[in-house]
Amino acid sequence: MPREHTPRVIGNRVLLTLWLAAAIGVALLPFATLSPNRLVSGQPVMLWQALPGWQLGALGLIAAGLLLAALARGLASRTACWLGLALTLPLLGLTLFALGDYAQRALAEASPAARVSQGGAFWLLLLAAALIAVDALQRLRLALLARALFALLALGLIGACLASDLLAPLSLMREFANQRDIFVAQGLRHLALVGGALLPALALGLPLGLVATRSRRWRDGLFSVLNVFQTLPSIAVFGLLIAPLAALAHAVPWLGELGVSGIGVAPAIIALVLYSLLPVVRNTYAGLAGVPATTLEAARGMGMTSRQILWRVGLPLALPVILSGLRIVTVQAIGLTVVAALIGAGGFGAFIFQGLGQYAIDLVLLGAIPTIVLAVIADFLLQLLVAASRPPGTR
Amino acid sequence: MSVAAERSGRLRRAATGNLTLALLTLLLVGLTLGMSQLEPLFRALFPDLSQPLYSRDSFLNLMLAHIGLVLVSSLISVSVGVAAGLFVTRPAGREFEPMVSSLAAIGQTFPPAAVLAIAVPLAGFGFTPTIIALSLYGLLPVIQNTIAGLGTVPASTREAARGNGMSAWQILWRVELPLAMRVIIAGVRVSVIINIGTATIGSTVGAKSLGTPLIAGLVGNNLAYVIQGALLVGLLAIVTDLAFERLERRYTFG
Repeated sequence: MPREHTPRVIGNRVLLTLWLAAAIGVALLPFATLSPNRLVSGQPVMLWQALPGWQLGALGLIAAGLLLAALARGLASRTACWLGLALTLPLLGLTLFALGDYAQRALAEASPAARVSQGGAFWLLLLAAALIAVDALQRLRLALLARALFALLALGLIGACLASDLLAPLSLMREFANQRDIFVAQGLRHLALVGGALLPALALGLPLGLVATRSRRWRDGLFSVLNVFQTLPSIAVFGLLIAPLAALAHAVPWLGELGVSGIGVAPAIIALVLYSLLPVVRNTYAGLAGVPATTLEAARGMGMTSRQILWRVGLPLALPVILSGLRIVTVQAIGLTVVAALIGAGGFGAFIFQGLGQYAIDLVLLGAIPTIVLAVIADFLLQLLVAASRPPGTR
Repeated sequence: MSVAAERSGRLRRAATGNLTLALLTLLLVGLTLGMSQLEPLFRALFPDLSQPLYSRDSFLNLMLAHIGLVLVSSLISVSVGVAAGLFVTRPAGREFEPMVSSLAAIGQTFPPAAVLAIAVPLAGFGFTPTIIALSLYGLLPVIQNTIAGLGTVPASTREAARGNGMSAWQILWRVELPLAMRVIIAGVRVSVIINIGTATIGSTVGAKSLGTPLIAGLVGNNLAYVIQGALLVGLLAIVTDLAFERLERRYTFG
C-alpha cells in the first residue's frame, strides 16, 4: 500500500497523544485538594502551585524526554521506546513524591484537622505513566517475563512509597492508618471468600467438563443452565439465596450451628461457586475437545488405557485452556465478592458500601483501589501460569 | 446427522427458543404491572413483616428507570466503542490498535462495582456517576468484539470487493460490517448484561433502579422487598440475553 511509504514526521503517535492528553489534563485538573477538615470539600491546588521549583524542573525534563521519544523516528525508534519506558519510572516516582511532599508542607502550616487529598491531575499522571509503559513494552515486543520484571519494578517503587512515611499525611493514608486492623481482616476475608469459592468450583467443574465431552445431550443441558446463572445480576442471586438458606438453617439446626444462615458467608460462597462453574466447565470441555484426534489415536495405539490417556495426554494438553478458565473465574470472583459485602459477607466491598453510605470518599477508595489492584495482579499472575503451562514448542 | 436433519433440529430449537422468550417476556411484563396483586402471597410467606410489598415507588417506574439507565449507557458504549474499534482497524489508526486492545482487556479485569464506586468522587451521587461507570465499563467488550469481528473478515474478501471497484466506505458498509456484525452484537450482549447487573448496584450510589427495593430490603431486613427486586431484575436479564441470542442468530451466515 502506498500509504505505508509516505514519510511520517512523528515517530510514535500513541505516545504523542498520551503526552498531549496528560498535558491538557494537568492544565485543567487540580493536582491535590486542601480542605480545613474531612467534612468540607477541598480547595483545588494546581500542579504548578503544589510543586516547588526543582520538582517542576524535574517534571519538565521528564516531559521533554518523553516528547523527544514521541517525535524521534527512523532507526532510533527502538532507542526511543527504551527512553520512553525508562522515563516512566521517574515520572511515577516524582508524582508520588511530589504529592506526599506537598501534603507535608501544606499541613505544617494548616490546622491539625486539615486534610490533603489527591486530585485528578495526580491520577492522570499515574495513568499516563502506566499507559506509556504499556505502549513501550508492546513496541519493544519484550517477553512476558521481561514485562513481569518491569511491572515488579514499578510495583516495588509504589510499595516503597507506601511503606515509607512519604504519603502518610494524605487523607486517604490517614484513613488507612485508622482502619489498618480492619483493612487487613477484610482483605484476608476477601481472599478467603474467593479461595473458598474457587476450590469447590474446580472440584465440581472439572468432572462436569469431562462429562460434557462424553455426551452431547448432557453438554447442551448443562451449558444452558449454567449460562442462566452467568446472566443473572450477582446481587439478585445473593438476595434470592437468603430466604432458602435461612429456611434451611432453621429446619436443620446443625447446619445453623455450622454458621449457615441467610446472610453472610454461606450465600456468598454458594453464589460465587454458581457463577464460577460455567467458565470452568466450558474451558475444561473446550480444552479436552481440542486435543487432536490423531494424538488420542496414537496414545491408544501405544496401548494406553482410557484412564491413562486422560491423565497423561488429554489433561496435560488441555491444561492451558483450563487455566485460562481459572483466570476468568478468579478475576470474576474477586469482583463479585465486592457485591457480597451487601449481604454481610465482608471483604473490601464492606469499605466501599460503608463509605458510600457515609459519603466518605476515602473509605470508598480504601475498598475500591485494593480490589482493582488485586484483580489486575491475579489476572497477570494467572496469565504467566497459562503461558508456563503451554507444552514446549507451542509457547 | 444429515444436513436436512441438522437443519430441522436447528429450526425446532429456534422455535422453542422463541416460545420461551415470548413466555418469559409476558411473565416480566405481568410481574412488573401486577406485583401489587401478589401482596396476599407475600403476606402469607412473610407473616412477620408489617409491609410485605415495596410501595415507595411503583415497580413500573423502577423498571423504566432501570431500562433507562441501561439504554442510555449502552447507546453511549456502542456508539463510542464501535467508532473506536473502526478507527483502530483503519490504516490511519492502526498504530493505536495494540494500546486500545490492551486497555480493553485490562479494563475488564476491574470489578464493575469498584468502577461504580470510583465514579462517585468524580461525579457525585445519583444518575450521572452510574451512567459514567456503566458506559465506560460497557465500552470495553464492544471495542474488543468490534476489533475481533473486523479481524475475522478474510483479506481475500476485502481484496475481491476492491477488485469489484468498491470504495473504502462501500467495503466497510457492505462487506466488513455485515460480516463482523455477529461478533459485534455478541460484544454488545456482554456489555448490556453486565450493565443490567451493575445498574442494580447503582442504587447504592443514589440512582433509581430495580436495585432500590432490593438494597432497601437488605438494609432494612425485609426479605419480601429483596425477592421482589431480585425476581424482576433477574427476569429482565434473562429476557434481554435471550433476545440478543435471537439477534445474533439472525446474523449467522451459512
